[in-house]
Amino acid sequence: MKKLLFLLLTLALLGCTVFAVSAYEHEDYYKGAKKGEVLNVFNWGEYISDSYEDGMLDVNREFERLTGIKVNYVTFESNEDMYAKIKNGGVSYDIVVPSDYMIERMVSEGLLQSFDPESLPNYHYIDSKYKNMYYDPDNTYSVPYNVGMVGLIYNTKMVDETPTSWKIMWDEKYAGKILMIDNPRDAFAIPQKILGYSFNDPDLKQLDDVAQMLIDQKPLLQGYVMDEVFNKMESGEAAMVPYYVGDYIIMHDINPDLAFVYPEEGVNIFVDAMCIPRTAQNVDAALKYINFMLDPEIALTNAWYIGYASPNTAVVENEDYADMAENQYLYPDDEHMPNVEYFHNLPQETLNRFSELWNQIKMAGGTDNSVYFGFGVTAAVIVFYFVYRFFQKRRRQYWYDFPEA
Amino acid sequence: MTKNSALKKVVSAPYLVWAALFIIVPLIFVVYYSLVDAGGAFTLDYIKSIGRYKDIMLNSIWLGFVATIICLVIAYPLAYIMARSTKNVQRTMMMLVMLPMWMNLLIRTYSLMILLQDTGILNSVFSFLHLPERHMINTRGAVILGMVYNYIPYMILPLYSIMAKIDYGLVEAAQDLGASRTAVLRKIILPLSLPGIASGFTMVFVPSVSTFYISKKLGGSTFSLIGDIIEMQFKSANNYNLGAALSLILMVLILLCMAIMNRFTGEDDDGGVLI
Repeated sequence: MKKLLFLLLTLALLGCTVFAVSAYEHEDYYKGAKKGEVLNVFNWGEYISDSYEDGMLDVNREFERLTGIKVNYVTFESNEDMYAKIKNGGVSYDIVVPSDYMIERMVSEGLLQSFDPESLPNYHYIDSKYKNMYYDPDNTYSVPYNVGMVGLIYNTKMVDETPTSWKIMWDEKYAGKILMIDNPRDAFAIPQKILGYSFNDPDLKQLDDVAQMLIDQKPLLQGYVMDEVFNKMESGEAAMVPYYVGDYIIMHDINPDLAFVYPEEGVNIFVDAMCIPRTAQNVDAALKYINFMLDPEIALTNAWYIGYASPNTAVVENEDYADMAENQYLYPDDEHMPNVEYFHNLPQETLNRFSELWNQIKMAGGTDNSVYFGFGVTAAVIVFYFVYRFFQKRRRQYWYDFPEA
Repeated sequence: MTKNSALKKVVSAPYLVWAALFIIVPLIFVVYYSLVDAGGAFTLDYIKSIGRYKDIMLNSIWLGFVATIICLVIAYPLAYIMARSTKNVQRTMMMLVMLPMWMNLLIRTYSLMILLQDTGILNSVFSFLHLPERHMINTRGAVILGMVYNYIPYMILPLYSIMAKIDYGLVEAAQDLGASRTAVLRKIILPLSLPGIASGFTMVFVPSVSTFYISKKLGGSTFSLIGDIIEMQFKSANNYNLGAALSLILMVLILLCMAIMNRFTGEDDDGGVLI
């Protein structure tokens, strides 16, 4: 009997060591959560590792397991969508992940609160390249999450040349096979570079030129897309789209015919960073979450899953990550580095013009004369009907009045 | 008498509260937002900017109208056949009409997109049968198909419920008196089913005109409708005032269309009309 008990105990002990998932750094930091604590996270769609398949981790589940804090995870499609939600209140999130220019805007409007990233035990993993960025010069509002660039994804089966310029997106040969990215800053960026403009010139006349190019391009487009891009490119429905490099890596795994290029005119580079909104309810848990995202193990599983470049030195230096770290699209060396420019926040007047022009672009085309013709015919039918009814009534009335006639 | 009216009040209270909270108050907000600028000062600029959105509004109303007429043409004979069938057949047909509505509109539209794509299921079938492939997605026809597909139950149901109530004795009487088939249809069935047509028209036309998801997925956002533009103002452009102004004008236009519609049916309506 004693022997059996001993055996069971040994097995139990063994079990503990075998099944315990590898420990995270500074586990003490995550202690002390109150019962029923909730953390509201607002992040981009498809932007976190969320399954245990293929040796990856479900990051939010791991965080919940480690801290006992429940993660309420909500996603958005574009910086502008996220901004509109935060700006108009009604909901409060503890973490948001805007891009650089949007952080600049939100800081200037007082929508974010400052904190001290240096107090996070894992902050030293952030590459100093991505500290003191223009949008957060003193590192008081944000901790970088991912870095990426926008390039042209194209299907080698459908595009017979090797594109080097954004101009291919105006080539009539590919009419109906071209997709455009569905948010104003990224869509404007492409003609801006073709015309040799900066992304950040507040000049309104330049914006008009850019919008005109987008209107000219519209008849050639298959559509404006965001998250549908995966389906459309992977299935070979569309031939080309300007999109984020990390998503290309994911799509390429599924459809190997896809290729990628940074067009010579220049591309947008961006940093998405974790911030804490002014209205956050649970800053303490938010800091724990940010620190958890910087943990080498978690950052690595995210880097694999998301496919974007990581600002985390522990990831880039990890041997298991070597083949990704050598990818010249993700981490281009000086020789392969395209001509890049960051987005900056723009003055309100320019932003207003931006959304006005974006409305106009969205409305261009689509209506032709057949609509007016249709309305004309309908109106004629209606008028005819009433005239007919009127005379019919008169005739009936006549019969009532003079039945013998 | 007093007891009766007190009871009436109690019974109608839940709906009155509901209507006040979720219909009247939001409507006041829409009107308010459309008349002020971002800072809260009174302005008519947003209402006046309608000129720029004229084409897209007409386009949306036209597509909605075409979809509604197609729904009516398909649903009218079907509703009549249903109403004349045996109870068992009626139950089965009703089930078939309702079945697609158990699925979410977003999923139904997304699957239509996958069906119609150039590399989609329909085109794969065509090429398998050595038929020429057709470009179907991102056309006006695809958007109308989406509207018809999604909203046709809303046309069938009111038509069916009105037609089931028609006294068939009237039809027999007309036939006995020598009315031809067309005369029976024109003089008896059609006038008696007018309330059903009117409410079916409203229930299909209104959501079709203001839809945004259908046009986005099946029109590839190159066939934007006014609903897309309004959605954009609230979702990403953060311009609640323009969004509210456009919604208000759209509401007025839809009311106008319904008023014209009621001129056709108004004289003989007996409570089946929605507006």
